[in-house]
Amino acid sequence: MPQTEKNGDTLKRSTKTITIKKALKLSCGVSLEQHDLVYETYGHLNKAKNNAILICHALSGSHHAAGKDDNGNIGWWDNYIGPNKAIDTNKFCVVSLTNIGSCFGSTGPNTINPKTGKFWATDFPTLHVKDWVNSQKMLMDAIQIKGWIAVIGGSLGGMQVMEWSVLYPNLIKNSVIIAAALKLSAQNIAFNEIARRSIKSDENFKNGDYLNLGLNPSKGLALARMVGHITYLSDDILGRKFGRSTKNVQFESQADENSEFEIASYLNYQGDKFKKSFDANSYILITQMLDMFNFEGDSKSNKQPFKDAKCKFLVISFTSDWRFSPECSNQIVQKLMDTNKRVTYLKIESDKGHDSFLLPDERYENGLRVFLNRALEEFEALNSD
Amino acid sequence: MIDNQVLFSWINDESTVLDLGCGDGEILKTLINKNKITGYGFEIDPHHIEKCISKGINVIEYDLNNGLQNIKSKSFDFIVMSQTLQTLNAPHTMLNEMLRIGEKCIVTFPNFGYWRTRFSLLISGRMPVTKQLRYQWYDTPNIHLFTYKDFELLCEEQNINILKKEFVGSSFSAPFRRLSANLFAQTAVYLLSSK
Repeated sequence: MPQTEKNGDTLKRSTKTITIKKALKLSCGVSLEQHDLVYETYGHLNKAKNNAILICHALSGSHHAAGKDDNGNIGWWDNYIGPNKAIDTNKFCVVSLTNIGSCFGSTGPNTINPKTGKFWATDFPTLHVKDWVNSQKMLMDAIQIKGWIAVIGGSLGGMQVMEWSVLYPNLIKNSVIIAAALKLSAQNIAFNEIARRSIKSDENFKNGDYLNLGLNPSKGLALARMVGHITYLSDDILGRKFGRSTKNVQFESQADENSEFEIASYLNYQGDKFKKSFDANSYILITQMLDMFNFEGDSKSNKQPFKDAKCKFLVISFTSDWRFSPECSNQIVQKLMDTNKRVTYLKIESDKGHDSFLLPDERYENGLRVFLNRALEEFEALNSD
Repeated sequence: MIDNQVLFSWINDESTVLDLGCGDGEILKTLINKNKITGYGFEIDPHHIEKCISKGINVIEYDLNNGLQNIKSKSFDFIVMSQTLQTLNAPHTMLNEMLRIGEKCIVTFPNFGYWRTRFSLLISGRMPVTKQLRYQWYDTPNIHLFTYKDFELLCEEQNINILKKEFVGSSFSAPFRRLSANLFAQTAVYLLSSK
């Protein structure tokens, strides 16, 4: 696509699908002979092809991170990506993809397995965070980007960033790890297990073969999302937003005939919205991937997980986040300091829980903006030497 | 500031430095450029933190009153604390922690024995508000004011070695500082190690 427009206030967005024809060897031992990736780019790649930023999505994210798509849906991180925003598309070329195993067009349980001609469904291999990173590296090569000036992600996205920093230390200048953790706690895993069990106990789940039978375990998926959604918010924000209010006009939902409280109809609305947009097998696959992520290894082994990293790090946490609390980010910072890595840490005062990483916040925005501007300055200074 | 000049001259080239209460990162920036040090700054003020980021300083948002127990012993060659000790809840505990995590420590603080401070209290009968201590008693971050004599007494009690010390103030008062440092030094700079 010819990109001749100058900097401005309008977002240059393009959506593409690419088939990676090289085999991707997964951590579980299985190889994907080829895989499709849907990705969006925002802004312009400069001549030196060194102003590229990779965005890593979290559990339910997709390639559509910024701007409006053809259906008018706004990207999940539109607050932060765009012209003159913290991740400024007038300066950077931003790449955002749907990772394999998810359900927005990239190869995953809801796409056709070429070997069987049927939906992958539960035949889709187990995934680890590393596999996503290796697939992202293949995309990087395929679209001829030499390296990332920054790889940025929140939550599960932050875990991909950690893996990038050590799997490809020469291809990444800056890592931005937001509201993430070195590994999940027992409580995190517990919530994920409730979500999975809720999906599996839906009569339409059919051991995961529902797509091949033309069914959808939507009740289970909605319930899974409702449980998850509570963990993304804080008690404070729920109290302030809904309290014990029983007015029931804001959200429409089929499941709320009996709901008395606004919080109930809000959660039902979230569940219903999600069951239409997300695939149940993907939800199971990705929550398992989260559970298995353990960047620290055995805590007694004293492993230094960031030993091979060369980039600078920015770690950000939010005070009211109880899914991946500031303490989790402290542990990341501590591990980085243990091996003398360059790290900056911001603890943002927020009452909005884990979801804070998606929401507007002046300090968070400024911190990210200033860090990325500095990254660009350092990179340009290095190149002009 | 002259106290910073003293501090710079005490830090070996290419050493590792942790600056506790690093402010806008100017001390670390100078140390990185001149002394080729590597290190981190801990800071709690959001505006200062943002300034540090724009300078490329490794700044960690941290409340020093939470202690330093997560940092391993002898992780740094130098621990620097400039004009911050008097703002902490437990300066004595902090000093010991600093000496645990660093080989040496450099501490600078406003000397409450400075003549202007004494004079102000004597004449007005009110808590001194000076250029260096510019807050009212109720809103000051400087919650533990002390003189350099108090500080040395604490070092003795806590078995802390004073390796070097320097008293700084205005240039005109330099001859007087030789007579009475406690009266004529605005700022005291100490290089410390554990015994």
